[in-house]
Amino acid sequence: MRLILVLLFLITATVSVFAQTVAITNAKIYPVSGPAIAKGTIVIKDGLIAAVGDNVTVPAGAQTIDANGKVVTPGLINSLTAIGIIEIGQVRDTNDATAKGTNNIAASFRVWDGLNPTSTLFAPTRNEGVTTVIVVPRGGLISGQAAAIDLGTGHAADVLRRGPVAMMAQVSSAAGAGTTARGELIGKLRALFDDVKYYTSHRGDYDRAQTKTLGATFADLEALIPVVDGRMTLIVDADSMAEIDSALALARDYKLKIIISGGAEAWLTADRLAAANVPVLTGAMNNIPDKFATLNQRQENAALLRKAGVKVALVGNDDSDEAQFNARNIKYEAGNAVAYGMSYDDALRAVTLTPAELFGLSDHIGSLQAGRDANLVVWSGDPFEFSTQVEHVFIKGREMKEKSRQDLLTDRYKPGARR
Amino acid sequence: MNSIVRVAACFCLLLSLAGQLVSQTQQPSPSPPASPAPPPGPGGTSLPNADPFPSTYKPFARTTTVIRNATIMTAAGPTMTNASILLRDGKIAAVGPAIVIPADALVIDGTGKYVTPGIIDVHSHIGDYPAPGVDANSDGNEATNPVTANVWAEHSVWPQDPQFPRALAGGVTTMQILPGSANLIGGRSVVLKVVPSRTVQGMKFPGAKYGLKMACGENPKRVYQTRGPSTRMGNVAGYRAAWIQAESYRRRWDAWNTTHKGDPPARDLGLETLAEVLRGNILVHNHCYRADEMVQMIDIAKEFGYQIRAFHHTVEGYKIADLLKANNIGAAEWADWGGFKMEANDSVKANLAITEALGARAMIHSDSALGAQRLNQEVAKAMYAGRAAGINITEDQAIKWLTINPAWALGLDDRVGSIEVGKNADVVLWSGNPFSVYSKAEKVWVDGAMLFDRSDATQKWRTDFELGNVKESN
Repeated sequence: MRLILVLLFLITATVSVFAQTVAITNAKIYPVSGPAIAKGTIVIKDGLIAAVGDNVTVPAGAQTIDANGKVVTPGLINSLTAIGIIEIGQVRDTNDATAKGTNNIAASFRVWDGLNPTSTLFAPTRNEGVTTVIVVPRGGLISGQAAAIDLGTGHAADVLRRGPVAMMAQVSSAAGAGTTARGELIGKLRALFDDVKYYTSHRGDYDRAQTKTLGATFADLEALIPVVDGRMTLIVDADSMAEIDSALALARDYKLKIIISGGAEAWLTADRLAAANVPVLTGAMNNIPDKFATLNQRQENAALLRKAGVKVALVGNDDSDEAQFNARNIKYEAGNAVAYGMSYDDALRAVTLTPAELFGLSDHIGSLQAGRDANLVVWSGDPFEFSTQVEHVFIKGREMKEKSRQDLLTDRYKPGARR
Repeated sequence: MNSIVRVAACFCLLLSLAGQLVSQTQQPSPSPPASPAPPPGPGGTSLPNADPFPSTYKPFARTTTVIRNATIMTAAGPTMTNASILLRDGKIAAVGPAIVIPADALVIDGTGKYVTPGIIDVHSHIGDYPAPGVDANSDGNEATNPVTANVWAEHSVWPQDPQFPRALAGGVTTMQILPGSANLIGGRSVVLKVVPSRTVQGMKFPGAKYGLKMACGENPKRVYQTRGPSTRMGNVAGYRAAWIQAESYRRRWDAWNTTHKGDPPARDLGLETLAEVLRGNILVHNHCYRADEMVQMIDIAKEFGYQIRAFHHTVEGYKIADLLKANNIGAAEWADWGGFKMEANDSVKANLAITEALGARAMIHSDSALGAQRLNQEVAKAMYAGRAAGINITEDQAIKWLTINPAWALGLDDRVGSIEVGKNADVVLWSGNPFSVYSKAEKVWVDGAMLFDRSDATQKWRTDFELGNVKESN
């Protein structure tokens, strides 16, 4: 029995590493890193893209998919999800997104340590064209470390593309930070970064318990060193213009590498964001003044930010379940962004190459180029349109065909089925 | 981070309520078995005061208007191409490939554009849970008792909620505002026209029936877990106890209405509403996710002789669409919401399509001020998900999910919900096919008055709240 299991494992491993060579021909290809190819071929070999272009020879023995004019894009990337750490929002035992932390700081919390790779949300999300998600922790002042997850199959180690890709923090909720005023929250962050700097230069004293009292635990201080060094990106959730400006001031004073997420009123401070070269993760489908910090939220936000020269990755709007069950809908966020003023190319980039760049993954995913991982999607038409269906999804060169739980339920109950 | 964990009003605001409950128990008195229900009387005449908050809505200034050479999705028959529509005196006066254009008509070129009936959202909390979502204005759940049939949603509606103009800009012209789902019986709904007004009375759809909000499942038992009901069986006992009281109350009043002898029975606002349901004058809108629970609710309705007009959310409608059809119950559904709680876990994108294909009356609903702005997109998702599952839903079927089917759920399908001569001129002009992600509502008419025009920012409806709070460019 054990031998069989070992053999099965080896076969599985072999399949995923040395999948068959595949050629997708007659495709309209959006490499994103370069101009669209009206009619071209992509060759997938050993999990990578071996060739892309309008003059590519199909290798002998390759499985060929004739796209017949259909569209190929990089697999979409959703930059702000809880897939694998929240299965059912209101079932507490399936929630692993929020660490208890100490003093509202959980910098040492690594979401991928508790990731559930058997989540039922992997299949429906990838079956609609999303191949990689950034899984982010939530809550507190410093929520913890985010990871890039490929929506493949296997164990957590198999689907983990990279962790950490960023640290998560917020300046939008004083209460969430354990404070009662926004200014107090900012002060707490400054004190924390000062403590990390102090700790870095007093490690010996710290080990001998001869330092002043520091505002975070050993593990959290250690985890924050790369953030304060500017090596690790800090995602800062901020909504109002004032909150975003506060985050920009922190980044300037501490030389942090930050990304704004949420960014409801980012368009009001677009010039400053552009000048500071700070990207924004935001949506294009929310115009409700649902908080006093989001009074000027508007659907043109992403387009206006792009016009000002700000890098934008599109993420789901913050209503309902768009970080989990409907993380698949990122393509419609992009379509709506186009409807509200973003160029088509910018919108496609905002769900592929831009997020790959923001999280240090663009050497491997986010574009269709020789040598990149074969994370890609064949669409029946415009990826952003409701009428379009996903025809093929490849993750690391393997075509993903597993039905989702939703597909199985549909098959059971659709007309003509035996119930 | 806070922003990404926030969820829409109906299913999130309940979370914090359990601790705030007032101790107040209901003691239903025993009552003899139900007598057969007499036929429903004319609306409200059995009440001491049938219409204490009457509609003061008056149509806005309107111009005789023709939209010509458009694609018209009528929700009453096949889509017409290169067709025209005449809006006159608040009604649809003509529609077809060749209509006579009156000399005084404003003529709008619809080339390349689409015309649909105004969208009807049967499930909204706009006004009751306004934006910004502050405690001071959070008025959607009277979560002090599991049965609050005595409350009326209209008394919580803030007409200055900035979500109203945003819904209109999404092509929504009629909406039902419901109490939330904290309670087994949440209270009366109200049907509004999406129009600017200083008062809720000025928005009320004249002559529309009231609805009664009921809720199954997780929400009531979670909200009342410390005092009960704390289980689904407790929920069912709670509905039945309320209807038993209502039967008794109705008998007492019906008897007095017949004889007018002696003092009338003491009024009870909650039982008055429930008695009107039993008389068929108020339509039941029942929040319910799971298939098995919906079928239990159907049995309860049969036990007490009332009709459920529509289930709302109906996440598992696809499992029992045959039974919904057999019992003439509408199914108000989302396109793809699911997974946020256990009872929403079996959500499938083909829900509307399967519901329709099995013969039940399917319709979209929002339960969200964001979703309300894009119900056309929600229907597009659901239609194409059906096709992907092998169920060929046509655009002519799908347009009904947005319009005439919800109109039926509100009992207004004789007035709104389709493009037919004589119906109210509630009409949307779209920049393109409304089932495309790139299309937007360009102009919206309510009773023949153009109340939204995307090309004219100077005429934009801005609520009092927005003045000085929200920049005009927004």
